[in-house]
Amino acid sequence: MQTENYTIRKASLEKLFNNLVEKGKTVYAPKAKGKVVLFENVERFDEITEDYIVTTNSAKSVVFPRVEEVFSYKKTKEKTEISDASANSFPDVVLWGSRPCDAAAFIPLTNTFNRDYTDIIYNKRFEKILILTFSCSKCDEYCFCTSVNSGTGNTAGSDILFTKLSTGDFLAEVITEKGKLLVEENSSLFEAKPAESKEQNLANVKTYFNHEEVQSKLQNLFENPVWDEKSRACLGCGSCAFVCPVCSCFDIQDESHGGNGSRLRCWDSCGFSLFTLHTSGHNPRETQGARWRQRILHKFLYMPDQSKVAGCVGCGRCSRACPADINILDTVTSL
Amino acid sequence: MNELIKKAAELLESNVVQIVIGYGKGSAERTRTIFITEASGCDQLIFDSRCIQNLAVYLTKAEIKKLGKPAIVAPVPVLRSILQLASENQLTEDGLVVLGVTPESTLIEFESFAAIETYLASHKIEIDEKYQKIIEGIKSMPVEERFAYWVKELEPCFKCYACRAACPLCYCTRCTVENNQPQWIKSASHPLGNLEWHVMRAMHHAGRCTDCDACYEACPMGIPIHLLTKSMLQDVTENFGPYGPSLNKDNTLSSFKPEDKESFIK
Repeated sequence: MQTENYTIRKASLEKLFNNLVEKGKTVYAPKAKGKVVLFENVERFDEITEDYIVTTNSAKSVVFPRVEEVFSYKKTKEKTEISDASANSFPDVVLWGSRPCDAAAFIPLTNTFNRDYTDIIYNKRFEKILILTFSCSKCDEYCFCTSVNSGTGNTAGSDILFTKLSTGDFLAEVITEKGKLLVEENSSLFEAKPAESKEQNLANVKTYFNHEEVQSKLQNLFENPVWDEKSRACLGCGSCAFVCPVCSCFDIQDESHGGNGSRLRCWDSCGFSLFTLHTSGHNPRETQGARWRQRILHKFLYMPDQSKVAGCVGCGRCSRACPADINILDTVTSL
Repeated sequence: MNELIKKAAELLESNVVQIVIGYGKGSAERTRTIFITEASGCDQLIFDSRCIQNLAVYLTKAEIKKLGKPAIVAPVPVLRSILQLASENQLTEDGLVVLGVTPESTLIEFESFAAIETYLASHKIEIDEKYQKIIEGIKSMPVEERFAYWVKELEPCFKCYACRAACPLCYCTRCTVENNQPQWIKSASHPLGNLEWHVMRAMHHAGRCTDCDACYEACPMGIPIHLLTKSMLQDVTENFGPYGPSLNKDNTLSSFKPEDKESFIK
């Protein structure tokens, strides 16, 4: 649809939030918690913080929770009852305060869950989310969205994009039918579009590399000392993958208790030494360097080859979260 | 700082060591671990209050061991870990050179692990008053409230295992949590799985943890998991006497003594 622009005043934004909560929507928004800001379930507008560049955790858990029951079973003497989670209905979720990079991440994530298999649970969850994104007025050294075809005011993936203007009011760009429906339901809160342009209110993220160039370079870099050099300090944890809004690897776990049990889909990470360990004891990615190479190649070569979209949105979360300060931008720009 | 750089360069130049593990410039305002193989690279070494990662974690990593004999930049928390690792037979004296750094940022060389123990005798592990108060507060909660407190605190844990990966004393090549036949600990990061993991992690550090806070610093979600090990440290001290890494004393929980209290068996 054609983008529609409105103004929404700060006080109206709060009303919009309250209306959503009153309608029974589950709202996830950035909330300060100790030394981090996390996307968490919020019920009051004043729980939301505006003081963040990006949250520490990504928003992917609203469609791809870290533990997802795929099915459960109940055994009795007579029969075994199986309950398939894909038959469930999922809650209406509003993602409030996502950044353009968060919204953009749903594109490669959705591609993955539809590429060679249509994942019913993911798609059912995705249908029920409303993505209300806020443009970035600030950025830091870890941000590189502009190098991966995105930007601080990018609308891709969002239902509505809000940009704070110099007046304190917000420009609301309505991008999808879902967003349009929200405006119609709350029409009194949306006023005529502002005169002020959005560009002057956006953070300026430096462009560090050309994504297509990196993709073409990577075709010949499988054997290269850079992987070991850049990952030498890697501790082999999964923090990079778990905070990443695009990483989608999972592990299947069965849990049982007597005659009852369930099959769970749990997040996994290519940084773990067990990730590709074969039953024979052989591991094709034996070293941390080989695992780091996989992470970079998957995001910057394999995913764009498969679906034309990079597997990285330049949010910088992995670099910020890394306990050993391994910086993805540092690796990509050194190729 | 200059003496550290000079010493590190000398060690590489004379091939006494093949690699220097130290702190260098990192992203933004951070420092990061650097692995230096050429004497000329030693001027990248820095040391200041930002150098909080516990470098001892790299001493037991197979991929780092392959790089040759290391020299390691070791402020007090790293020295404690080195001594604990030595007491657990994970390090040998001729296998590394320890470049100690005092809290005043001066270089202190150690001839032996015993010399580290002598030095650390005047740098005993002490739990910050701030943390003592927090732990007291938690311990004074009724059991249901305390349980609810931990379930809530551990809720953001997605089991990236950064706490384990950053800990110098978690050197097992295969962790209990990854054993699935039988599965002792649930892998999923649901409330029970998280609780099981963090309780087990703390228990495995009882009488060993040197209170470096690497686990807490590594946790991307900012979960105060160090409170568990700190509390464990207090409990072990109360029940078995003060402990710290030592070459001469047995590790508290891996040795049986007839006079050990058994008050916990009810």
